[in-house]
Amino acid sequence: MALKTEEIVLNMGPQHPSTHGVLRLVVELEGELIVNVKPHIGYLHRCFEKHAEAMTYPQVIPYTDRLDYLASMSNNLGYAIAVEKLLKIEIPERVEYIRVLMAELQRIASHLVALGTYGVDIGAFTPFLYCFRDREKILTLFEMTCGARLLYNYIWVGGLSHDIHPDFQRMTKEFVEYFRPKIVELNELLSFNKIFIERTANIGILPVETAVNYGVTGPMLRASGLKWDLRKNDPYSIYDRFDFDIQVGKGEMGTVGDSWDRYFVRVQEMEESLKIIEQAIDQIPEGDVHAAVPRRVKPPKGTVYSRTENPKGELGYFIISDGSVNPARVKVRGPSFVNLSVLAELSKGHLVADLIAILGSTDIVLGEVDR
Amino acid sequence: MTSEEIYNILQTKFGDKILGFESELPVESYIVADPMAIKDICLYLRNDENLKFDTLMCLSGVDDANGEKSKDEEDMDVITGGTLSVYYNLDSIELGHKINLKVSTPREDPKVESVESVWKCADWHEREVFDMFGTVFLNHPDLRRILMPEDWEAGYPLRKDYKNPEFYQGMKIPY
Amino acid sequence: MGLLDREFNESNIVIAKTEDLFNWARLSSIWQLSFGLACCAIEMMATSASHYDFDRFGVIPRPSPRQADAIIISGTVTLKMATRIKRLYEQMPDPKYIISMGSCSNCGGPYWEHGYHVLKGIDRVIPVDVYVPGCPPRPEALLEGLLKLQDKIRHETLRKKTA
Repeated sequence: MALKTEEIVLNMGPQHPSTHGVLRLVVELEGELIVNVKPHIGYLHRCFEKHAEAMTYPQVIPYTDRLDYLASMSNNLGYAIAVEKLLKIEIPERVEYIRVLMAELQRIASHLVALGTYGVDIGAFTPFLYCFRDREKILTLFEMTCGARLLYNYIWVGGLSHDIHPDFQRMTKEFVEYFRPKIVELNELLSFNKIFIERTANIGILPVETAVNYGVTGPMLRASGLKWDLRKNDPYSIYDRFDFDIQVGKGEMGTVGDSWDRYFVRVQEMEESLKIIEQAIDQIPEGDVHAAVPRRVKPPKGTVYSRTENPKGELGYFIISDGSVNPARVKVRGPSFVNLSVLAELSKGHLVADLIAILGSTDIVLGEVDR
Repeated sequence: MTSEEIYNILQTKFGDKILGFESELPVESYIVADPMAIKDICLYLRNDENLKFDTLMCLSGVDDANGEKSKDEEDMDVITGGTLSVYYNLDSIELGHKINLKVSTPREDPKVESVESVWKCADWHEREVFDMFGTVFLNHPDLRRILMPEDWEAGYPLRKDYKNPEFYQGMKIPY
Repeated sequence: MGLLDREFNESNIVIAKTEDLFNWARLSSIWQLSFGLACCAIEMMATSASHYDFDRFGVIPRPSPRQADAIIISGTVTLKMATRIKRLYEQMPDPKYIISMGSCSNCGGPYWEHGYHVLKGIDRVIPVDVYVPGCPPRPEALLEGLLKLQDKIRHETLRKKTA
């Protein structure tokens, strides 16, 4: 007599410690094997696009903070660049340098959270404490610049809300000095840990064709082996002046595009960000950071799709202006939203326990998935 | 390749399915296409050797709000007629060029062909446009609400004449 | 309650009211449900991490509502999520405490006006013990909120439940 088997449906979330927020996954299982995963999102849908239509252009900036709340500076930057494209205004050099510095510091801070919480997902709690300790240093830098720890509202259309603190340059240099050895420490603690490699290598392999077809961007796409970074391929701000490498997954521990690669690309990107910061910190020219801030932002009729390289991937703002002080439509193409849609493809055929490892490696932020 | 060259290529290939080219706007220009032919156009754009648009960067629904505006008895805006649009921002990673497409559908019966079979990325984007604007994507494998609750009955929130209900499952919504 | 602590140092017999003993035990080990909603959850994580160290107040995250004493509503509550939060709350054993962290869960925060899908305050669904203002509140503010909650527990009686 044949053994009768049937698929079971397992509900994960919205309250689950490893879903990185309020994500619900409906997992179809055959024993321990995953047949299909259906993500259910929208538990944090905060109506950003409706708010944007009701606000004036500068008023939207605090709301962009709350999209990807681990990378508020980068969100501000993306939005400011999009509106500046509509307005066609020139940005002072000093502002550009400070923006790049902030965006790169933010990239390190965001990756630190991603790496620390990924360790927790796999079962290593200590790296989380180490990562948050270093992240606090960056938050101190941000706090002395604009007074806030998490949501900054710092990069404005045409400029910045404040100039940097006189001590900022010195303290940033100290941070770079401090942080370099900490990456080595993190590698010893987590990256090359045998248990960690066993849990992540060859798990959730994303072939590059699938990644491109799904529109996956950022560290996830680079881990699949494609050298694609908007800072190099479609430069914005002043990124073309800096010398840094695009890190790609090499499949050192398993196959190209597995979870370990996605993890390690982020570690290497922190190193690259440090390079950019080191180059930019001494070159900040003198000047006024308010010079180009328009009193009344009223772009002419038109549309723009502007994209920037966020820590999580390509952040796109699609803005339609109808010539008034309020945008007629602001659509955010959140990198996490697109990166999450490939989850089913990644996890088919793996075990339930690996689903946590795969989800953690995608590094999603639900604020941006749901907006 | 510039948008204008791509427009010319598309026009010789698809003829009257390509409705126009808007280039006077600042910053970005658009090729306007027939909503019922958008899948074939996209498939061609992806597969052609000289075009190779391998990713869909963004797909946005837009309420053009160009219909007749009136007030109902509660003094709320009501829009009748006019169009709902969908914008496609395409990118070629391999060849490094970009292009934008636009389709418009009547507000009362918005139907666009799905491009999910061309780029998988469109799956969730189209569900979001359906959720927010009510645009129906024909031949989409799984067209359900994505962000709003599945039992949401008050219509499509990002339409300009959307009215929010007082209660949802016994919870008061207004402040 | 400092009295009770000192008693242990001097002798091994303690005479105290049951109430005080219970309250002391409860307020010294508030296990929170590890449950993050939005931006504030990151500050909550920062509070439990090395720099601010929530653990020194006896706060440890527990993944299951059935083992949790307190729930920190850390972020925007949407309508879709509100029904789930209510269920989580109902699953927690008594006595249970709620800290509403941040403007969003206090009153809707920046989303109060146009948020068609945002619940304007978690107190429309479940009762709240302590409100922590801020968007997001600093970790120090959350710690202060916790101290306020401890203060509240300290003065509870067994006869009548306050929350």
